Formats: sequence, C-alpha cells, structure tokens
Amino acid sequence: MNQDIFVVVEHLRGQVADISYIMLAAARDLAQATGGEVVAVLLGHNAQALASNLAANHVLYGDHSSLAEFTSDAYTQALAGLLSKEAPRAAFFGSTSIGSDVAGVLSARLGLPLVSSCVQIADGNLISQICGGKIMAESALSDEVTTLVTVIPGGYKPAQGQAQTSPAVTTFEVSIAAPRVSLKQYIEPEVADVDISAENVLIAVGRGIQTEDNLELAEELAELLGGVVCASRPVVDQGWLPTARMVGKSGKSVKPKLYLALGISGAPEHVEGMADAEMIIAINMDPDAPIFDIATYGAEIDLFDLIDPLLEALEGA
Amino acid sequence: MTNIVVLAKLVPDLVEELEIAESGTALDMEWLRLIINEFDNHATEQAIILKERSGGEVTVIAPEAEGANEMLYTIAAKGADRLIMLKGDFEDGINNHALARAFAGAAKELKPDLVLTGVQANDDLDGSVGPLVAEYLGMSYVGYISGVSVSGETVVARKEYPGGLIAEMEVTLPAVLGIQAGEEPPRYVAISKVRQMMKTATIDEQEVGDLDASGGAMVQRMYVPEAAERAEMLEGDEEEVAARLVEIFKEAGLV
Ligand SMILES: Cc1cc2nc3c(=O)[nH]c(=O)nc-3n(C[C@H](O)[C@H](O)[C@H](O)COP(=O)(O)OP(=O)(O)OC[C@H]3O[C@@H](n4cnc5c(N)ncnc54)[C@H](O)[C@@H]3O)c2cc1C
Repeated sequence: MNQDIFVVVEHLRGQVADISYIMLAAARDLAQATGGEVVAVLLGHNAQALASNLAANHVLYGDHSSLAEFTSDAYTQALAGLLSKEAPRAAFFGSTSIGSDVAGVLSARLGLPLVSSCVQIADGNLISQICGGKIMAESALSDEVTTLVTVIPGGYKPAQGQAQTSPAVTTFEVSIAAPRVSLKQYIEPEVADVDISAENVLIAVGRGIQTEDNLELAEELAELLGGVVCASRPVVDQGWLPTARMVGKSGKSVKPKLYLALGISGAPEHVEGMADAEMIIAINMDPDAPIFDIATYGAEIDLFDLIDPLLEALEGA
Repeated sequence: MTNIVVLAKLVPDLVEELEIAESGTALDMEWLRLIINEFDNHATEQAIILKERSGGEVTVIAPEAEGANEMLYTIAAKGADRLIMLKGDFEDGINNHALARAFAGAAKELKPDLVLTGVQANDDLDGSVGPLVAEYLGMSYVGYISGVSVSGETVVARKEYPGGLIAEMEVTLPAVLGIQAGEEPPRYVAISKVRQMMKTATIDEQEVGDLDASGGAMVQRMYVPEAAERAEMLEGDEEEVAARLVEIFKEAGLV
C-alpha cells in the first residue's frame, strides 16, 4: 500500500460534478496527513478533456466504450482492477447516485473497509455526519489496506478542488466483461411552472407541515412575501408538490435572499441545496434540529401556532 | 412471477434526542426510539406494487430490534407474504457489513429474482446495506431508484440524478436495487389489520450466529456536533416571534 489518496471523479453528460472538486479538496487535506499525493481517477470514453481543471498531482484516465455513460457494473469492474493494483491509502467516492453504487460493492468485493458520509478531514481522520446531521463520527484510516470513503458536501467548496493548470494525465488499461447493467435512456426533468432557483423568497415546508391541506398556509405566506413555496424531499415523495419544487441533493440548489424553513430538520441532503441562501430563518419545535446550526435566525416554536399571527402581522405591515 | 425479497431495518427516530454510549464510539441504544428506515418503507411499497401488478411473492427480512415485530406485521398487512426475523447479538448495534452478511445468508435460501432495500439509512456509517448484500449474493446493484418495472429476465429501474434527471437502467436479474422512493407514497394500513396479522401471520425466526463485521469503519469517537455559529434564536410567544420576524423582513427590504 502507498500513501496516495485516490479520488474517483464523477461526471455526468460531459460535466464534472461539484462533488468531484469537493473530494479533491478533502483529499488534499488527507494527503497532507498521510504524506502521499492526490490522484484523480477519471473513467469515461473520449473524456480525457474533463481532467483539465482537476486539482490533483496527477490523473489516471481509463477509457472504454462501456464507460461512456455511468453504469454501476462497468465502473466497479474498472475500479476493482485499478485499486487492487495501485493500493492507495484511501479512495474517495461521492456519496451520490454514482459513488454510492460502486463504493459498497468494491468494499465487499475487495474486502476493504468503507466509511460513508465523510464531510471533513481532521488530523488524518475522517469525520462523518450521520443521523440527519445530529451525530458526528470520527474514523481512522486502516494501516494495512485501502480505506474506501464516500464524501458529502459541506466541508469544502468546489473552488478549492479546481486548478488553473492542467494536471499530468496517464492512461491505464481497463477491461470490462459483459456488463449486467446498461443505460437505456435519460429522461429529462419535467418542465416546471416556476424555477425555484431564480426566486428571491422561498417558503420551504418539511415533514412538519403534516398534511397536504396545510400547504395552503405556506402559500399564503409566500403570497404576502412575494415568494414561492418549495419543499424537502418527504413532502415531494408524498406527492404534495412536484419534483421541481424540491430543494437538496436530489432536487435543486437555491440561493434566495430569504429561505424560511417551516418544519424542516436540516438533514445534510437538504442543507446541501440551500446552505448558501443569504438569510435562513428556521421554525422548528426541536431545539436540537440541525437546521438551527446553519440558520441566521431561528425560533423553537410550533409552526401552526406561528403562522396565523405571522400572516396577520404581515397583512398589517 | 417475481420472487421479491425486501430487506428492512429500524433506525433511530431523529425527532428524539440522541445520546452517545459510554464507550464514546456508538449511539446509546438504550433510550433510542426506533422507527422503520423510511427508504425501506419505500422499498416495501415498491415490492407490493410489483406484486400487485404482475404477481409474485414478497418476503421481508429484518433484524430483531425493539419494534421489529410490529414493523413486520405492518408490512404483512400491506401485502407481504412471508416474514423473517434475524436473531443474534444486536443489542449494542451492528454495522452494515455484518448486517449485510446476515441478510445475504437468509436471502440466498430464498433464491430471489429481485432484492429491494432502502437506498440509505440515517445511521449508516459503513455504506448502505444494498451494495454490500448485492456483492455477497453475487448480484448487480443499482441505487437511487424511484420506479421499477420487471420484464422477463431484466428489470428497468429509474435511477435519480440531481435536479430531477432520470436515467433508465436496464439490469439483468437477479439484482439488488436501492430504493429512494416507491412509485407511490407508502400506503397506510389500519391498526385493526395489523392486529389481525399479529394473530394470523407467523414470523420465521432465524439465528444468524456469530457475525463477521469486517469492512466497517474504525470509529475513534462519536459526538454531538457543536456549531461554530448558531442561529440567533427569537424568544417569546408566537405573537412576539411574528412581530420580530416582520421587523427582520422589513430590515431586509422584503416587505
Ligand atoms: C440519497 C438521498 C437523497 C436525498 N435528497 C434529498 C433532497 O434533495 N432534499 C431533501 O430535503 N431531502 C433529501 N433526502 C432526505 C433527507 O435525508 C431527509 O430525510 C429529509 O431532508 C428530511 O426532511 P424534513 O426535514 O422535512 O423531515 P424531518 O427530518 O422528519 O424533519 C421534520 C422537522 O419538523 C419539525 N416539526 C414537526 N412538527 C413541527 C411543528 N408543528 N412546528 C415546527 N416544527 C415541527 C421536527 O422537529 C423536525 O425537525 C435525501 C435522502 C437520501 C438518502
């Protein structure tokens, strides 16, 4: 085993995903502790150009026609060979639709330890955020074998993992046998009535809103404040609002002037889509709700007690 | 006809206060209130939808825990055919590598075409169980799924990417899918139906023996985060908070 930190670069439809740069920044921190280098691993087909701004000491590029689009099977096959051969100290994957499909399979296939939801590096250890952001766990790297890590946003900015000069790229041999998973087609997101990422004021509702009928209250607030209603995932999964109104990891990223969060706990998957809002106001009955850690203002209060007085006060304002 | 296995587990209810065990490296299990992992709940719904659509059998496997009986009976009331509870030394919690090995051991006997489980659970620290189980069973894995249709030897799964983009993945069976959301929200069942299941359905208990936990995280310490900066909290009753909020909106030029 060597002391290098590998970063499996994620890209989709010709674009490097932000999580890749975030991972490179985290890997830089970890490589400083281990004394190794940051090595970006890029898989694709005619995709070498994507390496141009990766902040890595060098890039390993694997090209294969089966890697033209992400599929879990082809990626795991390509990476299993590489990781066994190169044996880096750690390998980073996004805690994403791409990385989470392969990291666990590789852990089981190669018998390597896996640490998930890592948000920060501290003194050569991995800091993970679990239980919806309510608990942190610090884990050590293995001294004997490669530690696999999935990374979530929050600890590093994408810009920290971007470079002005192109890193050196070397290619490696990829062999992929009869993949059992293939991409049939992409289905574009449904066309939305409003683009929540372009709004100044967002009234965001979470599971605390309890019923579809109660959305009406949020609508009234939105009207008075000149904004629109958006939501956390559970509200959308209930079918109460369309996917286009979802904020977070699987939804949209938003940066409004005001983000008023009603009954949202502030799980990392939600926060990653709204942490950069100018002003966050959180209404939640749980004093330990992680949303209060990132909000500008907070009130520990029942949202159903607050909305009527707030509507009245706004009407009088 | 598809033979479907659902893997489900209970997780901490995050609305409750969470505490760290004396060891300093795990959650204190004693006071935890447990609920079904919401993504396992979606996986259950997806399995029952598939069964209703094209027949088949749904077996649910869950590790023993406070409330696991009720969870299994509830899933039976929704339409699952067979219930299996894994019994072992789980009191202090087990990691997902150990759990995945136990799940795979039990699932293998059932020769499933399709294994569905939640894409993630809130207490995962060594990855989610889905991809681990897939590899232990020698099956393919695809996660972040919000819609599944089975046709013959393959399944077409709708895989989610950020921003609402969907990739339709064709996966050769048998396979494990990590479910993010079912095609429909999880259905509710009347308590009376669950009670009836408690009388009529049986839970097949299986001892898992000593579990191999290798591959898990080497946890040095667990702690409750302390934010560097916390929100400025608005005190007082709802009238006072409302008045203060309107001031804040005014200062920001929003009203
Ligand atoms: C792969 C993956 C992707 C995901 N992507 C997203 C995403 O894009 N967006 C997203 O939002 N989530 C996403 N999630 C889900 C995420 O993990 C959380 O489960 C979700 O954000 C929780 O939503 P919530 O805060 O509304 O619900 P909860 O976490 O259940 O919180 C509800 C909150 O409401 C409070 N509350 C209840 N009643 C009241 C009341 N009367 N007054 C005031 N407060 C009240 C409670 O104290 C609690 O804090 C994803 C999960 C996974 C696994």
